[in-house]
Amino acid sequence: MLFRYRGSEGMLAWAFHRISGVAIWAFILLHVFDIWLANVNAKLYDDLLTLYASAGGRVVESLLGAALLYHALNGLRIVIMDFWPSMTRYHKQLWYANWVLFAVIGLPILVQIMAPAFGLQPPFRLGG
Amino acid sequence: MAQYTRAGSARPQSGGWELAIWYLMRLTGLGLFVLALAHYIIVHFVYDPAMQNADWISARWANAAWRTADWLMLSFVVFHAFMGVRTVVQDYTKGTTRMVLTMLLYLGAFLIFAMGTIGLVTFPSAIPVKP
Repeated sequence: MLFRYRGSEGMLAWAFHRISGVAIWAFILLHVFDIWLANVNAKLYDDLLTLYASAGGRVVESLLGAALLYHALNGLRIVIMDFWPSMTRYHKQLWYANWVLFAVIGLPILVQIMAPAFGLQPPFRLGG
Repeated sequence: MAQYTRAGSARPQSGGWELAIWYLMRLTGLGLFVLALAHYIIVHFVYDPAMQNADWISARWANAAWRTADWLMLSFVVFHAFMGVRTVVQDYTKGTTRMVLTMLLYLGAFLIFAMGTIGLVTFPSAIPVKP
């Protein structure tokens, strides 16, 4: 669909919003279930969390974070255009601004999350 | 204000529930921009998942303000995520399939909201929780 139709930025923004949204929805199902599990069987939940902290788990978390950040930024772009219609004239520029923010915010988070998977200390020492 | 924009779904013309849902999608979206991003940053950036377990949640939820904020996030996300998927379902299906899937979504939203609320409210705040 993404490559068959001659859509440009606007259609890609829409398609990515939809794909990331459905992916986040699927994660929410898992996440509410695991918190519920923590209540019912704390030991099983702790075992599940070691999976989250594994290298593979960190890749999935990074993908989740990317989906979340894209969806949040593009959602803000949608709200801006819905309530300030003259901004639709600049919908492409807003989309490029999204990607700049996505990279600036996302890269430090990516490094922080992935560092332990390579046996490195996370660069930002915050929560101890 | 313009009736249509290029983004998201067009503002419903019929008014009523669909218009209320349209506004609530934007309102919960803005709420989640803060709540969900802050949540992700706390549990993945400030604290590493390697140091988190049921005890860690227990310590965090000893503070009622965190439980309240997390319950607000749960309410917003259940509405936003399930209504978002409802839009997807209504875009690609029609007739009985659409009705059955929409009803399943409402049921799923209720179940997830109930599970999350039960988990949040009954989670013990004493440490340790492990048997």
